[in-house]
Amino acid sequence: MGTLKKMKLVLAALTFYAVVQVLNLAGILNGYFMVIINRSLIAVIFAVSLNLINGITGQFSLGHMGFAAVGAYVSGTLTTLFFHLNLNHPFDNLGFLAAILLGGLMASLAGFLIGFPSLRLKGDYLAIVTLGFGEIIRTILNNISYVGGPRGLLGIPKFSNFTVIFLFALATIVLIRNLVQSSIGRSMLSIRENELASELVGVDTTRYKVLGFVVGAFFAGIGGGLLAHLLQIAHPTQYGFYASALILIMVYVGGIGSLTGSIIAAFSLTFLTEGLRVGIDWLRDTVGVPIGTEWTMVIYAVLLILIMLFKTEGLMGMREAKILIIKEKEG
Amino acid sequence: MTALLSIQNLTHCFGGLKAVSEFSYEVPEGVIYGLIGPNGSGKTTCFNLITGIYTPTAGKILFNGEEINGLKPFRIVHKGIARTFQNLRIFNNLTVIDNIRVARHFTMKSGIFQTFLRLPSFREEEAKVREEALGLISLMNLSHRATELAKNLPYGELRRLEIARALATKPKLILLDEPAAGMNPKETEDLMKLILRVRDEFKVTIFLIEHHMKFVTGICERVKVIDFGTTIAEGRPEDVVKEPKVLEAYLGRKAVVC
Repeated sequence: MGTLKKMKLVLAALTFYAVVQVLNLAGILNGYFMVIINRSLIAVIFAVSLNLINGITGQFSLGHMGFAAVGAYVSGTLTTLFFHLNLNHPFDNLGFLAAILLGGLMASLAGFLIGFPSLRLKGDYLAIVTLGFGEIIRTILNNISYVGGPRGLLGIPKFSNFTVIFLFALATIVLIRNLVQSSIGRSMLSIRENELASELVGVDTTRYKVLGFVVGAFFAGIGGGLLAHLLQIAHPTQYGFYASALILIMVYVGGIGSLTGSIIAAFSLTFLTEGLRVGIDWLRDTVGVPIGTEWTMVIYAVLLILIMLFKTEGLMGMREAKILIIKEKEG
Repeated sequence: MTALLSIQNLTHCFGGLKAVSEFSYEVPEGVIYGLIGPNGSGKTTCFNLITGIYTPTAGKILFNGEEINGLKPFRIVHKGIARTFQNLRIFNNLTVIDNIRVARHFTMKSGIFQTFLRLPSFREEEAKVREEALGLISLMNLSHRATELAKNLPYGELRRLEIARALATKPKLILLDEPAAGMNPKETEDLMKLILRVRDEFKVTIFLIEHHMKFVTGICERVKVIDFGTTIAEGRPEDVVKEPKVLEAYLGRKAVVC
């Protein structure tokens, strides 16, 4: 029984997986819905990993999708341009996994390179550097013709499917949860709470801030790789400021410091984005109101203002759902 | 016998202002020494220099015979100097036990992979630190608060929590910056007993800043009085408070004349 209780999170996740699969096979969830669910799961990876940087360690990154871009282009280049991996080849799936992980590693290297010199900066200044980083990545990608330049990297094989994305999302949640609820995680939290006090109880604050960036960037890179192999394209505009801001809004709407909140917000906002897109199309085409999809960002901005006004801490505040809390022995 | 902490001609300037000037002090092991002086006289700056928050303009700080000025604050903590703050610096959104466990972190060996995978060695270490933290909590009479968020604690308990957190780094020397600030006479008396107990049980040397004269005379073996960064008196507290220069610094010249 004891182990069963410990496995609650995995059980809940498997239930989710089974329900979606059954509904899909029964034809209730069509391909369109599966795409949204897959995108939600990838958004979970982005939001949870950004929460590690912004919510747990208390830094401020505005360029999270820059790390995702590194993961997407590295893995996409490997599978598409280097090795021409093929879906029908059984061993190529392993190649795909290796490419995804390598994409994550390269993203974490980028996290280290950006984090190490810039983490002496605080607050607004750090935000500007990370914003700049995201834009630099986007501009570089725009100008490398080998990976398609402004056209994007096309023809990426569709290795990402629901099962793969689900497993990576689950792994991200479990691993980051394990990190947060550990001595290392508490050191990161203490930096958020009071950096000077943290330093004066012996925490090497620079090291843990960099670590936050490196780990957060790793998972963002994984998410980017999965996204590229889901949409079969990696395009510079997917990873610009707009995209980073969207993830940031998820983290703040969910509750800064709450992984549960990030998961809920990633799902709700991905669905909301789709809903708004459909709604706006309907308004434009059927009712004749002259608006475009860029209005989703306006609605998000309003949403963020409302959250800041009425629920400053976000949906979950700093709380976690019970199944995400590792129980410690009493006594 | 060499002093545990030996401060030699320490000087620190903020721009053109000399906040601390030619400050020297020898703190032997096992004592309770005090540093007093009027507001703005440079006491906290001294502590900030010892703990590495500021790098001194001139002078030397030796701890256990080893020069520590210029080291980063966390490295100085690793060497065995812990402190509390005049205005509490508690990790408000962490529980009481987590506040204390953070201070044990630098002694722990589990790396990121052991942590990610929660390997047995990691769990063992976490369990051990948890035990140690609970021990400290009960010593400070905070057991009933162990899993409460620190921000929900009353002021007096926060003061004790901060001392517990400092002790969790297993220091040889602990610097207390106005530990009795904002406490009523009863709380102050309890705090004095607590500090004496801490000294004896943890074999730790104590160096403190305090305004509260009754507290200082009751607990400190020696004190040093500074004003405008300069030492004006030193000795046993009951003698020091009678010195005209000290009275003058605290009360103004007229008080001496009267």
